[in-house]
Amino acid sequence: MDKVTLVGVYMTYVNKSGEIPALADVHLNVKAEEFVSLLGPSGCGKSTVLSLIAGMLRPTRGQILIDGEPVAGTSPKVGYMLQHDHLLEWRNIRHNVYLGLEVRGLADKEHCRHADELLIRYGLGGFMNRYPSELSGGMRQRAALARTLALEPEVVLLDEPFSALDYQTRLLLEEEVATILKQERKTVILVTHDIAEAIAMSDRIIVLSARPGTVKAEYTIKLSGKNDSPFAARQAPEFREYFREIWSVLEESHAAAR
Amino acid sequence: MQQPVKKNVRFYSRWFRRGAVSEAHGEYLERIRKREMLIVSYQVLIGLMFLVFWEVGARVGWIDPFITSQPSKVVDTIVGLFHSGKLWIHIWTTVWETTVGFILGTVGGSLIAVLLWWSKWVADILEPYIVILNSVPKVALGPVFIVWLGSGTPAILMMALSISVIVTVMMVFNGFNEVNPDTIKLMQSFGATRQQILTKVVLPATFPTMIAALKVNLGLSLVGTIVGEFLVSKEGLGYLIVYGGQVFNMSLVMASVIILCIVAALLYYAVTVLEKRLIHWK
Repeated sequence: MDKVTLVGVYMTYVNKSGEIPALADVHLNVKAEEFVSLLGPSGCGKSTVLSLIAGMLRPTRGQILIDGEPVAGTSPKVGYMLQHDHLLEWRNIRHNVYLGLEVRGLADKEHCRHADELLIRYGLGGFMNRYPSELSGGMRQRAALARTLALEPEVVLLDEPFSALDYQTRLLLEEEVATILKQERKTVILVTHDIAEAIAMSDRIIVLSARPGTVKAEYTIKLSGKNDSPFAARQAPEFREYFREIWSVLEESHAAAR
Repeated sequence: MQQPVKKNVRFYSRWFRRGAVSEAHGEYLERIRKREMLIVSYQVLIGLMFLVFWEVGARVGWIDPFITSQPSKVVDTIVGLFHSGKLWIHIWTTVWETTVGFILGTVGGSLIAVLLWWSKWVADILEPYIVILNSVPKVALGPVFIVWLGSGTPAILMMALSISVIVTVMMVFNGFNEVNPDTIKLMQSFGATRQQILTKVVLPATFPTMIAALKVNLGLSLVGTIVGEFLVSKEGLGYLIVYGGQVFNMSLVMASVIILCIVAALLYYAVTVLEKRLIHWK
């Protein structure tokens, strides 16, 4: 059975000047432990898809299912990572990672110990009592990952989590995050507008059209000698071919958006 | 022409260059430390010159000490107040009225801001009234408070409170609205309730704004307290100033104003220390 399913999802925002259709008839199936990326021109409703799956928005029409059950509000099964880490500057790293646990009323000894272990595993063991302002961008985003995974979600939604980082940090973090999420056997949906990042990290790429977003193309990524390493994936001979193809599809949408 | 480096630098240079890690660092330290010292020297000098001209001018007859008083008489007055045991009573009265006023103003204003944040409905309805209340000179309400609360301490506290509360509401409410919406989105993705968002994110994020409001309110409450004391009281620095003016005792007026300056500076310093203690993560 599919882990996440979107069936004929429409989303229309309303404001004073009228309606803005964001998504139109989106169908999507994500299998358990699959890594799927959503690519598309800006404003095509990629992030809206994540907010819908997270249960923070209701679709205007259509159905969203997780494990075959309709989404009704936020669920502990889903973890959401945003573009910025949003670590609270007045809390040290450890207590930032406990934040989700506290909100869900799970901040007991066992869960907190698990959260500490995650921090240690992500190389932040020595920084647990430091404040966010003392950490680099990459470390902060790793702490944010620990905060998300401390809640043990089955589905992890990544909303351009690397886009605010410098190029080098970004490549390193892609590598780490991909490895961690594979090890933890999470189902992942990544929103990005970086084609290379999508190819390097994903099992499958969904390209959305310009607004209102709908599924325009789909690619199953098969790279020789990939070994789940985004860094190695960038060296694969098929990489450029995928890039060229997705680029041309995206360019059409882009032209349409303008 | 470049002078050869003298091995034997002047004796004070060594003091200016203490803690230097290299010759260049030493020269840099000497330069900035000399500059700091000069600035402090000028600051002191201006104050001293003012006092000297005031005193000498009064003695020589350039200015009329009956209207302006003079530093020596001001000091005599303060010493006199001190010996009569009344000095501390007056200072204490003003300090506690101000403190109670600005703490009530800050806490009350913050609570109202929380209410406005909680209900956008209430906030939108009350907005024009808050704007009007903010632009009313609160001092003008003095007589109203006296009629309502009697001519005593409650009226003074009300002055101090009213002058600071609306500003606090506006400052803190703006602070609430400046919290990053994505941070709130993150909380919502955890399934946080509005109360959890308030206590775990919005309040702590706005804490520095509240401290800033505290600083602003300190000055405002002092104005409210002094005006209140002008109008009704039997003790406090405001009372001393008005009383001194009425009996044409300018030494008493000047002495009170100077004490008031010192009190205001000390209160401000206390809030700054509190701020450093409370905002430890920066």
